[in-house]
Order: sequence, then C-alpha cells, then structure tokens
Amino acid sequence: MALVVKAFFSMKFSEQFENRFVRMLAHYPTKRSVLVPTLLYAQDETGYLSPEVIHEIAERLELTDLEVENVISYYSMLTKTPRGKYNVQVCTNIACLVRGGEELLDHCKHKLGIRNKGTTADGMFSLEEVECIGACSWAPAVQVNYDFHENLTTERMDEVLDEYRAKN
Amino acid sequence: MASLVSHPDEVKVVSKRFGMGATNIDRYCELDGYTALQKALEMQPDAIINEVKNSGLRGRGGAGFNTGLKWSFVPKQSAKPKYILCNGDESEPGTCKDRLIFEHDPHAVIEGVVIAGLAVGAHAGYIYVRGEYRYLLEIMQKAIDGAYARGFVGKNVLGSGYNFDVYWHGGAGAYEVGEESALMESLEGKRGIPRIRPPFPAVVGLWGGPTVINNVETLASVPHIINGGAEWFAKLGTPKNGGTRLFCLSGHLNRPGVYELPMGYNLKKMIYDVGGGIPNGRKLKAVVPGGSSCPLLTADEIDLPMDFDSLAKAGSMLGSGGLVAVDDTTCMVKFALRIMKFYRHESCGWCIPCREGTDWLEKTLKRFHSGGGIEKDIDNIQYLSENMLGRTFCPLGDAAALPTISIVKKFRKEFEDHLEGRPCPFEEHLVSV
Ligand SMILES: Cc1cc2nc3c(=O)[nH]c(=O)nc-3n(C[C@H](O)[C@H](O)[C@H](O)COP(=O)(O)O)c2cc1C
Ligand code: FES
Repeated sequence: MALVVKAFFSMKFSEQFENRFVRMLAHYPTKRSVLVPTLLYAQDETGYLSPEVIHEIAERLELTDLEVENVISYYSMLTKTPRGKYNVQVCTNIACLVRGGEELLDHCKHKLGIRNKGTTADGMFSLEEVECIGACSWAPAVQVNYDFHENLTTERMDEVLDEYRAKN
Repeated sequence: MASLVSHPDEVKVVSKRFGMGATNIDRYCELDGYTALQKALEMQPDAIINEVKNSGLRGRGGAGFNTGLKWSFVPKQSAKPKYILCNGDESEPGTCKDRLIFEHDPHAVIEGVVIAGLAVGAHAGYIYVRGEYRYLLEIMQKAIDGAYARGFVGKNVLGSGYNFDVYWHGGAGAYEVGEESALMESLEGKRGIPRIRPPFPAVVGLWGGPTVINNVETLASVPHIINGGAEWFAKLGTPKNGGTRLFCLSGHLNRPGVYELPMGYNLKKMIYDVGGGIPNGRKLKAVVPGGSSCPLLTADEIDLPMDFDSLAKAGSMLGSGGLVAVDDTTCMVKFALRIMKFYRHESCGWCIPCREGTDWLEKTLKRFHSGGGIEKDIDNIQYLSENMLGRTFCPLGDAAALPTISIVKKFRKEFEDHLEGRPCPFEEHLVSV
C-alpha cells in the first residue's frame, strides 16, 4: 500500500485511474494480473507508454521494466510512440474488405496525407489499418479512438473526420 | 450503438431483452432477470450441470463443446480456488454478437457467470472483454455494481450463504488471447502465449485453480435454460444442438445484421430470406459459415442446416456464428490473402509451424495476387497449409490453414487465372456495395 501512495505522487495519473488501480489490485491473487488493463488505462491518459510510464507501472507491480515492455509488444493497442490525438483505425478484414474497407483506408490516406501508422504534422490524426473490430454486420467500420463509426462511405468518412477536426 | 434488426423467423432467447433497456437492473428484473439465479440457488450443483448438459447447449465460442459436460470435468474438491472465466475477446473475423449481448443485456452475462459458479463450486468469475470494446466498460461496471448492491453477487448471494464475486477485465488488442489458455495468460498479466494441454483448464487453470472458460453467448444462455428447462431449450434446435444462436450476417447481403435463429436453420434461407439475398442482382460465390477460421462453402453447398454436426459433415464448421457472404465479383485469391494476412499478424510466434507457415503463406499469396505467381505455388500453398494442420501448439495454425485449403480446392481456377503475370481479373470489381 505504501508503494501505491508513493506512486500516486510521483506520476500524474487521474484520480479515476488511481481509484480504479487500487480497486483492481484487490480483484486478483497476484499483482501482475492488473498489468494489461492498467497499461491501457495509463496510455489513455498519457497518449503512449513512455519509459517513465513503463517504469512507474513496473515499480508498482514489482516487475522489471523489461517484463512490462515484453507484454506491451504483444498487444496491438499498446504503443510506445505517440499517436495522433484521434487515431483513425480502419478495418480491412473480410467483412469490411468486401464492402469497401480498403477503399476507405486509401481515402483516409489521401485525405490526411499520411501512410498507414503515420501521424499528421499537426498531431491531430493518425491512421492505422486494423483487424476485425467486431462490427462486421455494419461494415465497413472504423474506430476513432474508442468510438465506432459504421456503415461508412467515403463521403460519410469525410464528415466523420470533419467532426473530429471541429472538436478542437 | 450498433443497429438492431429483426426477421419473423427469429426465435429470441438470448436477444429477447435487446433494445428493452435491460442494462437497468430494475428493468432486467421486471423482464425475469435474476429469477434463474434464485432457482439455481435451490438446486444441487449436479442438478444444474445435468440441466445444462441435457439442454444440448454447446459452446458458442467456436468449438461447440457440450457446456454441461465441460462443467462436469471440474473436480469437486480442490485445494486451489476455482474460477469462472467468461471469454469476451470476440476477435474472430465475421463475429460481432458478444458485443451486442454486453451492450443490451449485461446482467444476463453476470447471471450466467454466477450460475456457472454455483454449478462447479467457484467463488469468483472474471469477464474478459477485448480492449477495443471500451464503451462497454461503463455499461458493465454499472451492471456489476448494481448486482452487488442488490445482493445478486458478493457476500452471501441472496441470503444463501454462498459468496461469489464478479470482475470485469479489459484486454488490449490480440486475437490469440481468445484462445482459452492464452486468455488465462493474458488475465495473469502476461503475453498471450498458449499453454500446453493437458492439464486442461477445468483441472489446472487460472493461477493453477480449476477454471471453466465459456463464451459470452454460452453463459448468457444459461439463465434461460434454468428458467425454461433443458427440454424446452433442446427442442428449439436439432438433436445434440440445443437452442438458438446469434448469427452475424455480413458481407454481400441486402440485410446484414445479427439475427437469433434456431440451431439447424437452413443456411440458404439464412442468406436469401433473412439476409435479403445478394445486392445489385449479383450471384453468390462463397460463404464463410462461422468466422474466418472455417473452410468456405461454395454457392452450391449451402442447402444445409446450420448446426455443429451438419457443418462438420459438410467439411466445414459452425464456428463462432459469423457468416460472411461474398458475391461473384470477389477475387478469392485476394480473399485468401486477406485471411492469411490476419493470421500472420495474430500468430503469437511461439511455435514454428504457425509463425513461419502463416508468414510464408502470406508472402506467397501476396506475390501470387500481384501477378508473380507460378503454377507450382498453387500446390505449394495447399501443401504448406496441410502441413500446418494439427502440428501447431494451439488451433490458430489450423484456423489459418483450413480456409486456405478450402479456397485453393474449391477455387483453383481463380488461382490459375492469375498466372503468367496477368493482372487480377477482379481488381476493379472488388468493391461492390
Ligand atoms: C485462436 C483462437 C481464438 C479464439 N477466440 C475466441 C474468442 O474470441 N471468443 C471465444 O469465446 N472463444 C474463442 N476461442 C475458443 C476458446 O478457445 C474456447 O474454446 C471458448 O472460449 C470456450 O467457450 P465455449 O465452450 O463456451 O465456446 C478461440 C480459439 C482459438 C484457437
Ligand atoms: S471484418 Fe471489419 S469489423 Fe469485422
């Protein structure tokens, strides 16, 4: 517990993160079990998993930094490099493929002027081709951060991107 | 979020509360919620297991194992705690049903988990949900908190003296983690590398304790079985294939969507009646019957009942309920390539036949599709895939090989049409909706 309190002051995560972290530790017989969701919750707040964040989480869970990095490299949502504020994830797997998923991806590349896994110069958007996101019956589908956009056309995709741009 | 559809042939059991506000616990209780739990608390554990066994409920995650039978493998006495693990990793391409269950009827999942716990003598259950489904976190957390507040879970469940905790656990993007042993690794905070079996999870699972792993839809069916009875549930389907199933219809269909139909519903009807047929006056070419891991069926092979045994007889699998229809403008070489690209990306790399096999197959298919294929590649693709079958550490290798073998076998001519540097004959038509 002392470890947690110390950590609370050393790294600036939100109160919600800290509450959830303490709560989750009580759910499992081993500390390490909270690692995967905790990494994602941390990344949600810091944008990416920097060496400082990795070190912080490793310390809290009594793991080495390397052990944490080993886990990070396995999961496709976790990243050690910054992404755009809005990460546009276009599914091109089979159900989306046959309903225009690849064209949607190409369209986004042109529209945003970036390649797969690239980020716009202003840091607003990044683009990623992803595997099935569980929206097959509403294909083609895209996730922007955690928001689903379904039954898309290129026109509708433009509107979606504009809506995010306007949020700023 | 995702839109709901309906069809007169549907038999709504698992989806009966969809769109009815059942995320709210009071509403859920008005709609018979948690009555099965009350009933189960008065039953002997063996009686619960027998009821589920006799209902003919088979795992909705893909393999279709009899659920009650799986539960009966859990030892009665165990020095280590027993666990229920609900598999909501849902990443099999073509599958989008567990998401709807969480979104519309989260308490049914919780109730199913608690009843499974009673049946095997577990005191904790984990609901693992893929990280991409973040919007479900609030819905599920609220549902779990509500269930605690009302005494449906927690200490002394409904005054029975039985303790049972339910927890939510989020993933972070990995298909392989849906494989039961990799799922446990992931929940324990590690890379999702599968474990060797035996021992099976029912004997040695999470943190070494006996663990029941079931799909979301499987567990959400359990309260209905306890309430309606094994006989009623069994009769909804075909022999040994009890109940209904959420079929996720996608691809080239006029009315894609998630429909709940009785087990054994005719596949042809599913495509032409329920799914509304193929758009733009085109013709059906092939069907992925149950997620991308299943051998494909051609348009001539679809007059059959959709249950586990009939699909196995037809040389395919019922799988996860994800049906993808593709029309005659689709390039099957490209389709095979996209499937292999997925498995190459998702292979955890632990065993060589899967890691190397998926990589070589993707490379070969890619070269082939872009006009660099030579005749013996066709047999090579077949040969490589067949050599992966049954030789990988977990079934992901089979999942990559099976659809590929079926595509080469059934659409060999399309491979031949790509030979000699010819451009893909379908390229400009690939998108047709
Ligand atoms: C590579 C792979 C991925 C899988 N993904 C899932 C999944 O996302 N959801 C699921 O329920 N089962 C999945 N399974 C099947 C599980 O291993 C397991 O059989 C299932 O969760 C058991 O539940 P059931 O008996 O209720 O179907 C997968 C299997 C493999 C080999
Ligand atoms: S294939 Fe794109 S969401 Fe499933």
